[in-house]
Amino acid sequence: MGSVGAKDIPVLLTPEGLRIDGRRLDELRPLRIQAGPLHQADGSAFVEWGANKVMAAVYGPREVHPRHLQQNHKAVIQCKYNMAAFSVDERKRPGLDRRSQEISKVIAEAFESVVFAEEFPRTSIDVYIEVLQANAGTRCAGLVAASVALADAGIPMVDLVPAVAVGKISGQIALDLKKEEDNFGEADLPMALVPQSGRLVLLQMEGHMTPDELSRALDLGVVGCKAIYEKMKQALRDRYSVDPIAAGAA
Amino acid sequence: MGGKVYASILGLLAPKPPFLQVIPLSGRYIPKPEDVVIGTVTDAQGTFWLLDIGAPRWAPLHMTGTPWDVQIGETEKFLRVRDSVIVRVENLDPTGRIGVTMLGAGLGKLEGGTIVNVSPARIPRVVGRGGSMIETITRHTGAQVAVGQNGRVWINGTPDAILRASEALRLIEEQGQRRGLTERVESYLISTSSSNDQGPGVAPHESAHRDAPAHSVPPVGPADERIDPDSVGPAPDEY
Amino acid sequence: MTPEVTAEIRTSHILDLAGEGKRLDGRGPDEYRHVEVVPGFVTTADGSALVRIGDTAVLAGVKLEPGKPFPDTPNAGVLTTNAELIPLSSPVFEPGPPQPGAIEVSRVVDRAIRAAEAIDLTRLCVTPGEKTWVCYVDLHVLDHSGNLIDAAMLAGVSALAHATVPAKRFGIAESDYPLDLQHVPVECTFVRLGDTLVIDPTFDEELAAQGRLTIATDETGRVVAMQKGLVGAFSPDDVREVVRRALVHGDRLRIAARGGKT
Repeated sequence: MGSVGAKDIPVLLTPEGLRIDGRRLDELRPLRIQAGPLHQADGSAFVEWGANKVMAAVYGPREVHPRHLQQNHKAVIQCKYNMAAFSVDERKRPGLDRRSQEISKVIAEAFESVVFAEEFPRTSIDVYIEVLQANAGTRCAGLVAASVALADAGIPMVDLVPAVAVGKISGQIALDLKKEEDNFGEADLPMALVPQSGRLVLLQMEGHMTPDELSRALDLGVVGCKAIYEKMKQALRDRYSVDPIAAGAA
Repeated sequence: MGGKVYASILGLLAPKPPFLQVIPLSGRYIPKPEDVVIGTVTDAQGTFWLLDIGAPRWAPLHMTGTPWDVQIGETEKFLRVRDSVIVRVENLDPTGRIGVTMLGAGLGKLEGGTIVNVSPARIPRVVGRGGSMIETITRHTGAQVAVGQNGRVWINGTPDAILRASEALRLIEEQGQRRGLTERVESYLISTSSSNDQGPGVAPHESAHRDAPAHSVPPVGPADERIDPDSVGPAPDEY
Repeated sequence: MTPEVTAEIRTSHILDLAGEGKRLDGRGPDEYRHVEVVPGFVTTADGSALVRIGDTAVLAGVKLEPGKPFPDTPNAGVLTTNAELIPLSSPVFEPGPPQPGAIEVSRVVDRAIRAAEAIDLTRLCVTPGEKTWVCYVDLHVLDHSGNLIDAAMLAGVSALAHATVPAKRFGIAESDYPLDLQHVPVECTFVRLGDTLVIDPTFDEELAAQGRLTIATDETGRVVAMQKGLVGAFSPDDVREVVRRALVHGDRLRIAARGGKT
């Protein structure tokens, strides 16, 4: 990509309040969720969010491998988030990397708050997230996909878990950052909400915000999550209410 | 929670006064005591076997839970990995493992035929009210059929019988939530029946490499009384 | 949902059916499942294709980057193929380093692309001995329902066929240009079920198989690679038979590689 000089920084917000892709500050990118596209997994979901393409699959509850990881009183939730080599502009070498490991951990912890794991002691619920094409907000897209996949797998949960990244661009709080906004903006705040309780089960932040900006960002994120929540529910309804052959053929 | 009731899984809501029942649309089979299930042996230990019954955990079958005289360490003489059996679920033990038993009528090792997988949620429709759907399938194909509550269905008979019965199951799997299913299955079976329909019960295929005693028990034919469709969820004639 | 252990009676049943020229899903011994290719599925790649063969799905992404040529081939570009059999795609795959199955798929696909000279590697050379294009072909299995080799090969070739060399982005030339394949290899895989050799095996048929044979052909009718897999044996006449069949099916797969369905 080469080094970026001052004149290469894109205009993130016009005076009329339009973002680089024409959105307003509180608008989500186009989001399409498909439940159950995979045949082998117990549950699966495919999310297209802006230019992100993320696939999630759930296997379980099933026997734990390796056995020493099993827990006596509940299922262990294992999550693996991975980015395909071709999912980013500069090819990513296959294999574990620290960023993916961290994201895997925070996503697994988010689900541990909502899954009724005590119903399945000594088993494992395995969540796999593959980012096929990335454009900022992949951990949120992955979480949304995994949440739908868990429901598709029939795993009992308190609620679905919508997630979105809020940020700050040109001094303004903005919902659902895309790549350029994430790269050149002033803050990035991914969050995940349990609508039923109104509580956040994933929260990270990077950048700089005043407490007031942070407060507004949280509110905006909750609004965004609620809109995403409706789409997640609709994706599951679509899966089971239409002819399964037609739904699966998409 | 605040006087409201929430479902924790994705499912259909069915009134069963005075209760509401959530019928799961997906998910692994969750074993219940007294369920008859079909499993595959995944491990043979000194005094027991482990069976994959499609549940979250493998189910142990203890050597004393079989009609055979099994000596300790000789379990593999009777059942080997990849063998198929039809067994009954017993109680959950404290570690969450569900034990199964092979003692009882209609239980035993399965020989010949094949196993078709169906969603556990669809099993009530496979059986039908009072066993009507299963009876329709066996009557029109001449196949022997054993239905496991865990979504595994064993079919035995002529290749044609197995093919048509399998296809009938596939129809139920895909269209089980729609009205008029019984008619559609029946019309498929009638339209595909050939004039030289074989009778039921072809001799089970003998696996040439088996040297273990084949203590197989003929599994159930039509109208199995042990499976009560009303106990596993509604199987209405029409939704 | 695939059970973790496959019942032996299911395998026996598959073999019985094969003896009558029948298969579990109703196909004939020489019938492929429905094949679908979606080129350009991933825009962050320089070339990509999502391939479905029946319920099997493989996504290939091609990325080109400037790099150094190998010392013993200073005038040639570098091609490297990697297949990921990720746990997402099947309960039989474990997370971690590539298993033998993944390595075999990578190498069988790579071998066919190289042997067919699908890409003129000398065209990828920028400055001999110093700078060349490195072409990465990453194959990501998304859904494993048998016959990963054919699906991975088709995805890789289709991704290459639709790839653009990002010359402008890396400041090597004035504009990007198409990679352009000079040959289009595809692979056809057969398994032995008793005395019958069936094409395009499903997952269960692979478990029942007594040997597997993959034939790679190109559009000029040449055989460019072969691989025998699994445990079993084939006579020379068997090999002649599958080569003949692979040539016929290969042409249909090649049409699909350009983007379409069969």
